[in-house]
Amino acid sequence: MLLKTLSELNGTSGAESLVRTFLQQTIEPFVDIINTDKIGNLIGIKNDSLSGPKVMLAAHMDEVALMIIDITGDGFLKFRPVGGIDARILVSKPVQINNSQVGVIGAKAIHLQKQAERQKALSFDQLYIDIGAKSKEDALSKVKLGDYAYFITKFEPFGDGLYKGKALDHRVGCALLAELLKNDYDFPIVAAFTVQEEVGQRGAKVAAHHLAPNFAIVLEATVANDISEGSDEGWITELGNGPACSLMDSSTLYNAKLIHWVRDVARQNDIPLQFPRGIGSGNDAGSIHISKVGIPTISLSVPCRYIHSFASVISEKDYRACYDLANALLKELPNIFEGSSINFAKEDQF
Amino acid sequence: MDMDLRILEQLTQIFGPSGSEEQVADFISAQIRPYCDEVINDTLGNLIAVRHGTGKKIMVAAHMDEIGLMITHIDKEGFLRFTPLGGVRTSNLVGQRVKFNRGRMGTIGVEKIAKPSDFKLDKLFIDIGAVSQNEAEQIVHLGETAVFVGDFVEVGSRIMAKALDDRIGCFVVIEALKRSKSTNELVFAFTAQEELGTRGAKTAAYVLEPDLAIAVDVTATGDTPKAHPMSVKLGSGVGIKVLDRSLITPPQIKRWMAAVAAEGNIPFQWEVLEYGGTDSGAIHLSRGGVPSGVISIPTRYVHSPAEMVDSRDVQAAVDLLVSLLEHPLE
Repeated sequence: MLLKTLSELNGTSGAESLVRTFLQQTIEPFVDIINTDKIGNLIGIKNDSLSGPKVMLAAHMDEVALMIIDITGDGFLKFRPVGGIDARILVSKPVQINNSQVGVIGAKAIHLQKQAERQKALSFDQLYIDIGAKSKEDALSKVKLGDYAYFITKFEPFGDGLYKGKALDHRVGCALLAELLKNDYDFPIVAAFTVQEEVGQRGAKVAAHHLAPNFAIVLEATVANDISEGSDEGWITELGNGPACSLMDSSTLYNAKLIHWVRDVARQNDIPLQFPRGIGSGNDAGSIHISKVGIPTISLSVPCRYIHSFASVISEKDYRACYDLANALLKELPNIFEGSSINFAKEDQF
Repeated sequence: MDMDLRILEQLTQIFGPSGSEEQVADFISAQIRPYCDEVINDTLGNLIAVRHGTGKKIMVAAHMDEIGLMITHIDKEGFLRFTPLGGVRTSNLVGQRVKFNRGRMGTIGVEKIAKPSDFKLDKLFIDIGAVSQNEAEQIVHLGETAVFVGDFVEVGSRIMAKALDDRIGCFVVIEALKRSKSTNELVFAFTAQEELGTRGAKTAAYVLEPDLAIAVDVTATGDTPKAHPMSVKLGSGVGIKVLDRSLITPPQIKRWMAAVAAEGNIPFQWEVLEYGGTDSGAIHLSRGGVPSGVISIPTRYVHSPAEMVDSRDVQAAVDLLVSLLEHPLE
């Protein structure tokens, strides 16, 4: 299963090669041109010679992880997050370094903690990874500074059509994009599986510049907070209510005409759709939409609980609906590309 | 030459939060079309005007967008929750009137607050007079944006209104464009989404590839009771930017701007802004780099419904821009 494989592969920002290799094999039969660009984005191109809108589909490959930055005299590994990670979720979790070396994020047992210690979460400075090394030299024979430690979580179905796994919040977009590439569209499609999104949408910036599309769709996961106490105002999105179409996030204010178009297409095709309540952090759209002359961009996201943690949770129903919506939008696109009031990126207008 | 303040009045009252700049663009387009060779709306919502000439290509930028609020949730009783669009000060909001694009007004209320430190944006809501979610959804929709209500009023030599940030810049550029006899290649960008991080200016500068750029925008002042120390004063002349968070003006640009101001007996003051940025921040980093400066209009109460400028500073800004376009940096 595509989602399972993608979830269990390790690949953080700047170290996406395992994910890239797998995706390359997956999409190769369905694209005309395939290459890896200079920053590491995997680019797949379909229908390059056709006229019509050139559409960029983007999903990022990198997941959040930990980087080893120091090794203590006793052989314990100190680390820093790559991407946004809450230090409070880390204590006592098993991690994997270099795809083979198992470690445990250690902390003092509850029996030994003083009252005050029990009331305070540990910070990155206090946490360490124990790889069973006897000394600094012993540790250095197994890992080196700059190596990454990844969450270990088995991908599994549970509940009513839900999946749990690590990196689902990142790779769900890759899975959607790989599946969409199997379809035939009668205009050029440029697919970008991007790198370094979690550290500032860096791969997408480069990809949008050299691909120079007329329109872009970012496929992502977004926060579902439908588990917290209180009223639904703070839920952002809800699992099971369909894909979320972003209105605004910290890096993009989405084009209102495109939002209306997405809403109309969802209605016409009976696809459930939700709009996030409140704004989340940015995604690759932030880099893409202000590239070159400006590229009209939308973000479609699968709602996801517990993002950036050891086990995120998505609903298969949302995943399917997100795929259906992206597919419906692509089929509809040629109809609005010419002659609508939406100003698509056409460099020759200047 | 006298400025037509009626144009400024209309500019400030047009609905145009970030992302919804169309009406501002249409108004400006009608004003400047007779004076330009080409007028284009670009992908991101910028209005770009070109006046061909033979000399240097000078880009002039002023942003059309104003700060606002975006609806994120409509509750069962018809109250709206919102998120800020640009640098909205939470403490300014309660009791303010807001207006949506199709004209519906509302006011901002607050939940019961136990202690002052609980006063946060997520405790606030907009009341548009709807009695149910259903009724509210007939009037507004998720993602729709609102702006402050703030009439245009002249008080002595001063003017207050909403959205002077940065319709005053648009006004200065329109006035200068009408007056200019410059023979240089002039490109004017009335930009979108400045308040969200100079996004429109980025794509405009990429397209236009200027030799030189000047942004016209508001700046803060330090002349109100117990203000944060800042030497800029209302009525003391147009500001020439030295630094803000997005730009440190190149020495040759500062010298050029000051020399042209002195030559024309135009009152100016140096401006150092410790926070915020302008379109020049994005423009000066475009492609291989563009030498850029900023003409600043001293403005009190920036990002409030009653921003205040002095009309003498505005006149000085127009005069300076006209002169700069005629005497570009060699």
